[in-house]
Amino acid sequence: MKSIIRHYAKLLLITGASLIFSGAVHAGKSHLTMGMVLEPPHLDPTAGAAAAIDEVVYANVFEGLTRINQNAEVLPALAESWNISADGLTYTFNLRSGVKFHDGAAFDSSDVVFSLERARSENSTNAQKALFSAITAVKAQGTDSVVVTLKSPTGNFLFNMGWGDAVIVDSASAASNKSKPIGTGPFTFKRWVKGDRIELGQNANYWGQKLALKTATFKIIPDPAAAVAALMAGDVDAFANFPAPEMAAQFQSDSRFTVKVGSTEGETILSTNNQQKPFDDLRVRQAIAHAINKQEIIDGAMFGFGTPIGTHFAPHHAAYVDLTGTYPHDTEKAKQLLAEAGYPNGFKATIKLPPPSYARRGGEIIAAQLRKVGIQLEIIPVEWAQWLDQVFKNKDFDLTIVSHTEPMDIGIYTRPTYYFQYRNAGFNSVIESLNVTSDPKRRYALMGAAQAILAKDAVNGFLFQLAKLGIWNKNVLGLWENSPVQANDLTGVSWKN
Amino acid sequence: MNKLNMRELWLQSWQHRSFVIGIILSFIMLFTGVVSLFWTPYSVELLDIPNKLQGTSSTHWLGTDHFGRDVFSMLMVGAWNSMLVSVFAIGFGAGIGVPLGALAAGKRGWVEETVMRFNDFAFAFPALLTAVMLSAVYGPGTINSVLAIGIFNIPVFARITRGSALSIYKREFILAARTAGKGEIKIALEHILPNIASVLIVQSTIQFALGILAEAGLSYLGLGTQPPMPSWGKMLSEAQTMMFFAPQLAILPGLAIVFTVLGLNLLGDGLRDILDPRLSRVR
Repeated sequence: MKSIIRHYAKLLLITGASLIFSGAVHAGKSHLTMGMVLEPPHLDPTAGAAAAIDEVVYANVFEGLTRINQNAEVLPALAESWNISADGLTYTFNLRSGVKFHDGAAFDSSDVVFSLERARSENSTNAQKALFSAITAVKAQGTDSVVVTLKSPTGNFLFNMGWGDAVIVDSASAASNKSKPIGTGPFTFKRWVKGDRIELGQNANYWGQKLALKTATFKIIPDPAAAVAALMAGDVDAFANFPAPEMAAQFQSDSRFTVKVGSTEGETILSTNNQQKPFDDLRVRQAIAHAINKQEIIDGAMFGFGTPIGTHFAPHHAAYVDLTGTYPHDTEKAKQLLAEAGYPNGFKATIKLPPPSYARRGGEIIAAQLRKVGIQLEIIPVEWAQWLDQVFKNKDFDLTIVSHTEPMDIGIYTRPTYYFQYRNAGFNSVIESLNVTSDPKRRYALMGAAQAILAKDAVNGFLFQLAKLGIWNKNVLGLWENSPVQANDLTGVSWKN
Repeated sequence: MNKLNMRELWLQSWQHRSFVIGIILSFIMLFTGVVSLFWTPYSVELLDIPNKLQGTSSTHWLGTDHFGRDVFSMLMVGAWNSMLVSVFAIGFGAGIGVPLGALAAGKRGWVEETVMRFNDFAFAFPALLTAVMLSAVYGPGTINSVLAIGIFNIPVFARITRGSALSIYKREFILAARTAGKGEIKIALEHILPNIASVLIVQSTIQFALGILAEAGLSYLGLGTQPPMPSWGKMLSEAQTMMFFAPQLAILPGLAIVFTVLGLNLLGDGLRDILDPRLSRVR
């Protein structure tokens, strides 16, 4: 008996000690583990459209001339200050001095010229070339300032320069940034264990103020159930975009966590291959628009998180026009349109669904909704890399669901070879005049016109604006509540003691 | 087997407890599955999102899932899907494995070596791995899960056929048949197969249970039955994130799998005891 008691006493001691030690680890933490659903295809934000790239490196590893904060305000970054000429055509950026890249190379005006010229060049692989389309010349003025000349006044040029796609890279390391990103940010790239995690270390030579965090890990957890478990167990400290909205209430009632529902720039759409039969027929696309019940998708797939949209525009933007009523949910009308298009009995098609739950669940709901009007969808789940390759690059799809999280990305509809392959000269001319207009009132009117064209053409099935469901340990402070750009900015993050 | 023997066997069977439990559980599954072909309380393709995540009620006997689908109906259709996949997989495995095993036992020599080494090779790949490979190449789906589980079953049946057939081939009546000029195929069909049928039936029952487990596993991983077709494995994986507020969504398909596999295993055990008393004593 005595020995049993002693045994238990020992056990108690061990568990007690381990509790104390684990407590000690928490105090004064300088490491953050952030969970994310999708793994980036590579880590060069100037050469890829995947949001996951920016969600790791933006503001953490790479910096641009300007930067955007969580309230969508433009702040100085590598450019300390700037002067804009009276005609709005010449921007003079005064660069910060003493900045060094992670590999020790000095940052100066030649890097800015290199980065911008590279991004806007003919054979640039930049995913957002439109950001640079207004630039006519980039000239260094000494080593510490750069003069950028524009074709026409561009109202949000400073905002554009704050995108992840406009970060400044060094000519020596630019080619290898995909696997070994070298920037000027407060975190250095340490290690990428493919399929598992990306580790960031501290940049001891950072030009700005010292951060509370020294190191960070981005852990890739594609499975929502695993994400729930990882948060509950403390394996990850935060999920900026939590993939299981059904668990939000549970986490809200758990005193260990903070739950923040914010806005994103993510227009979640039923992307439609506009060059593929039968989706090249406007009536078919209209029929699909009528067949879809947006609120049902938001309730069923997102457990109520999300705002219905009627076009490709974020509802929290001032220029937003509510076009959700363009093709209201009406099964009879949908059937009638299908019959007019020559498909009285519907047709068969496929829908490729990437891993996020909005897509996988949304796809099942849409398949059920379209079945009611006779369209039989075969559901094909695909992995993220497969999606990027098959759907996004090779345009081998009928329908798919994805969230476009870039801010103000209505311009993607002007690209004839973009994966949904929408081609409309009328729309293009609206965007062209938008690009050369700086008067806000005129701009808003043009944006409104562009939104209306997309809604009327039912280019894609416009579903809902993705909500940003952020869940993190309640001791973590300073994470973004809204996502005006794709980012997990860790520069302001600290642990409460 | 004469008439008396048959009756004796029948009586003996009903005294075997695990056989009785096994056959009842298996029958319930078969019955539910077959009924689902003609009738389910609700259509499993019907999404009723306003009524999602309901508990047990008189309208939805086992409640609804996160899309408002009737769980009872899904379990019924799931039973049929599991059975279908498993039956075809076993059929595929036995259809190839049994002739291969018989060939190996009948021919011996290099034929046997080749067949059995090929089997060892196939046996080294778990069904799951085969399914992952197949779905990577051809995409996930029911047919691919049938193939994957079927391929896994080939060596199982080939081995057991060869082992049992070898002892039969040594018997005098085979020699007599050969002397009488019967062809090899005829011998295999008329003498070997009937004599090893009991072993094969027992093995099929056990493999059937494994097949249902494998199907659930593949669907759980998203490699098996695809939506909108319900399957027990998929119901489990979908219920995972809702465990905290709707545990019944995970428990119910889990119980369905447990009872089906238990039933089939008991049935297999019972059948073995009844059909092949030697084996049970060895055990």
